Amino acid sequence: MTTIAFPTLISRPTSYTGLWSWIGTVDHKRIGTLYGVTAFLYFLIGGIEALIIRGQLRTAENDLVSPEVFNQLFTMHGTTMVFMVVMPMSAAFFNWMIPLMIGARDVAFPRLNAFSYWAFLFGSIFLNLSFVFGGAPDAGWFGYANLTGNTYSPGDGVTFWALGLTILGVASLAASFNFVVTILNMRAPGMGLMKMPVFIWMALVTSVLMALAMPVIAVALIQLAMDRVLDTNFFNPVAGGDPVLWQHLFWLFGHPEVYILILPAMGIVSETLPVFSKKPLFGYPAIVLAGAVIGFMGWFVWSHHMFTVGLGPAANSAFTISTMLIAVPTGVKIFNWMGTIWGGKLHLNTSMLFSIGFIAMFIIGGLSGVTHASPPTDAQQQDTYYIVAHFHYVLFGGSILGLFAGGYYWWPKMTGKRLGETFGKWHFWTMLIGFNLTFGPMHWLGLNGMPRRISTYAEGMGWETSNAIATVGAMLIAVSVLVFIINVIRTISSKQEAEDDPWDGRTLEWSIPSPPPAYNFARIPQVKSLDDYWYTKHPELLHDERGEQAESVAPVEEDTHGGGSIHLPSMSYYPFVVAIGMSIGVIGFMDGQVDIPSTELQFPWLSAVGIVIGMWGLLGWIFEPVTEEGGH
Amino acid sequence: MAQAALEQEQHGHVADTNTGISNRKLLMWVFLASDCLFFGSFIATYLVYRNESIVGPFPNEILDIPLTSVSTFVLLMSSLAMVLALHYAQKSQLGLTRFWILAVVVLGSVFLGFQVYEFKTFVNEGLTIRSNLFGTTFFVLTGFHGLHVLMGVLWLLGMAFAHFKGALTSRSVEDLEMAGLYWHFVDIVWIIIFTVIYLIGFSDGEGIETIEHAASIIGG
Repeated sequence: MTTIAFPTLISRPTSYTGLWSWIGTVDHKRIGTLYGVTAFLYFLIGGIEALIIRGQLRTAENDLVSPEVFNQLFTMHGTTMVFMVVMPMSAAFFNWMIPLMIGARDVAFPRLNAFSYWAFLFGSIFLNLSFVFGGAPDAGWFGYANLTGNTYSPGDGVTFWALGLTILGVASLAASFNFVVTILNMRAPGMGLMKMPVFIWMALVTSVLMALAMPVIAVALIQLAMDRVLDTNFFNPVAGGDPVLWQHLFWLFGHPEVYILILPAMGIVSETLPVFSKKPLFGYPAIVLAGAVIGFMGWFVWSHHMFTVGLGPAANSAFTISTMLIAVPTGVKIFNWMGTIWGGKLHLNTSMLFSIGFIAMFIIGGLSGVTHASPPTDAQQQDTYYIVAHFHYVLFGGSILGLFAGGYYWWPKMTGKRLGETFGKWHFWTMLIGFNLTFGPMHWLGLNGMPRRISTYAEGMGWETSNAIATVGAMLIAVSVLVFIINVIRTISSKQEAEDDPWDGRTLEWSIPSPPPAYNFARIPQVKSLDDYWYTKHPELLHDERGEQAESVAPVEEDTHGGGSIHLPSMSYYPFVVAIGMSIGVIGFMDGQVDIPSTELQFPWLSAVGIVIGMWGLLGWIFEPVTEEGGH
Repeated sequence: MAQAALEQEQHGHVADTNTGISNRKLLMWVFLASDCLFFGSFIATYLVYRNESIVGPFPNEILDIPLTSVSTFVLLMSSLAMVLALHYAQKSQLGLTRFWILAVVVLGSVFLGFQVYEFKTFVNEGLTIRSNLFGTTFFVLTGFHGLHVLMGVLWLLGMAFAHFKGALTSRSVEDLEMAGLYWHFVDIVWIIIFTVIYLIGFSDGEGIETIEHAASIIGG
């Protein structure tokens, strides 16, 4: 290929340690770590917001925070937990584990991967800066029109929200494209689609959902931002605009989004349960099919969030049926997990406890979810704490517990050290009890009529006791997170070293050292069956467990080159530069409009600066070779 | 089967991937799938708000269908030029490849010129992004499409001058193939937008009554 002479704009990072090596990294494992650490910091911020909310609602007519601040807190709590905790934490596991579990040396587009992280980081920082600059968004995490219009939300909070989430959307899109291509194209030889670990299947379904759902919310957010900044009429009722359009667009994104939030956790427990039960996953094809069906049907249920809007009996009936139907594949998964545990030799360590906790809590949340599939009952539950209880049981009891299960399971692989079991069990039990104390009473608070999003309530409603219990529970959750942090610090400072395969695992990531070398696999593995690594270790089980005959495999020649000659993509600063440019370009729309001479047009000057930086970085990116000649 | 294998060998870009499609091309397909939803949401918004503007200017007072038909024809011809460019690239005829790439660039720019002229005329006639629902949805939908065309023009321009200077390589042919996928996609989207905005008819603000009339006939 002809090399094009292009001035090297910024020299490539060369050192593999220090701050600059993190900014220039394209290693999927390091990017995964960056995602994980950032998401955990936001978990703490979102948790503090929740604690203040619970402090305010502790008792009737409390005045810990003003109603204005309360609105900002619940809006930012929801936005943070959805977009800055569960999604990036899933992305952390995807980044770490997709290449390791499919036997690849990196993702398909390492620099795009780095760009995704930096765009996520800048977008999320921008969103949180709103606390400092004129007040955080305060219109709820689903920002219903026309409450979000300039009339009812003056100030910049909602504009911060719309533009910040747009940046986060771009980050998620780039990440999802990368994961889809990596999973479809870069599996080790022999790993057909039905030999992929379930976690990889769920990563694929999640990524497809992100690729298709994020554009819808991006459009809605662009429309909202334009309404606010350019005075367009998308959601302006005075000009004939229809606020219900926002709800359709939001939930057309929003329902696939809830599967984006839960499918990674479902994938994680589908890995941990077989390993800690010493049994193959029960009904692998069924569980894969159920995941794919959820991903498909997730597109046809969005209006169940809108039963009380008044769409009419035909629409409500159709969405009732589709909502009740989607419970079926979810039920299939739950029975498969129980079938996996059934009769197994259970190894009840922390990861397994979190996995079982996931199943139990998710069943409760799933069942309360089925109750609002019916419009008449939903009309009673809409906008009450019953809904709050439901979605915390699936998102906290589901996603968060599942992600912790994955954290304890893969920690030795990622860091080379096992998280402490004693502290781990304390973490699990305090979290499980605290969680149920917090969100269990909300079921009857809601059925008793307590509305969501109120900053306080009158005495004598009979809500004090349940609210007080919920606040105690929230504090217990805070204690459990502290126990986790202490556990992490103790583990990091300990001298122990984990084995490469501490759990007697089934999948390829356990076949390589802990932590893995930069190139992951010295030799790309040859895959013969599902759970290939397990049957490599235990070939005698292949017939009993899978009904297949063990083939005698000719020994593969050792890779005489060793790791040194494996070509890995070189580090690059350009993803970071492009992400900065894009973020400034989007942020620029906030204000600072200048007139363009001799036209009647205005253009935000800050956006122009961002576009210039972004284009500069993009050119550098395009003309920079992926791997430096003679590089590492 | 053997024929296909031979063909792939001749083109020299048998991708070493599970699907047989190179990573970059698969990325382009996933991006286009995603972009379908992007335009789909804007087109849906336009359709929801069709004939719902309360004040003018209304579409029938302002849209110049013959003019936009010409620019639509120009964009369709650019797709033909794109096909020819790829055809000659695959035959390793560098001169003709560059000629047809530049033809796509010129035709795409002409389309953008028509769009700028149309926008300016509309603004002069009193239709802005703020005027009414038609103005809002029209400018934003066609504006984002124009932005896609502009990106394609810049991409192809860069390709014509930076990429296709020396000999054609299998990688640069694939680059062109990806740009072609993008270009045809943007073209198809325009056919839908043209149909939805210019062709399927509009009223001068009487739409609400028409819908109510239709509803009364159905008995809703």
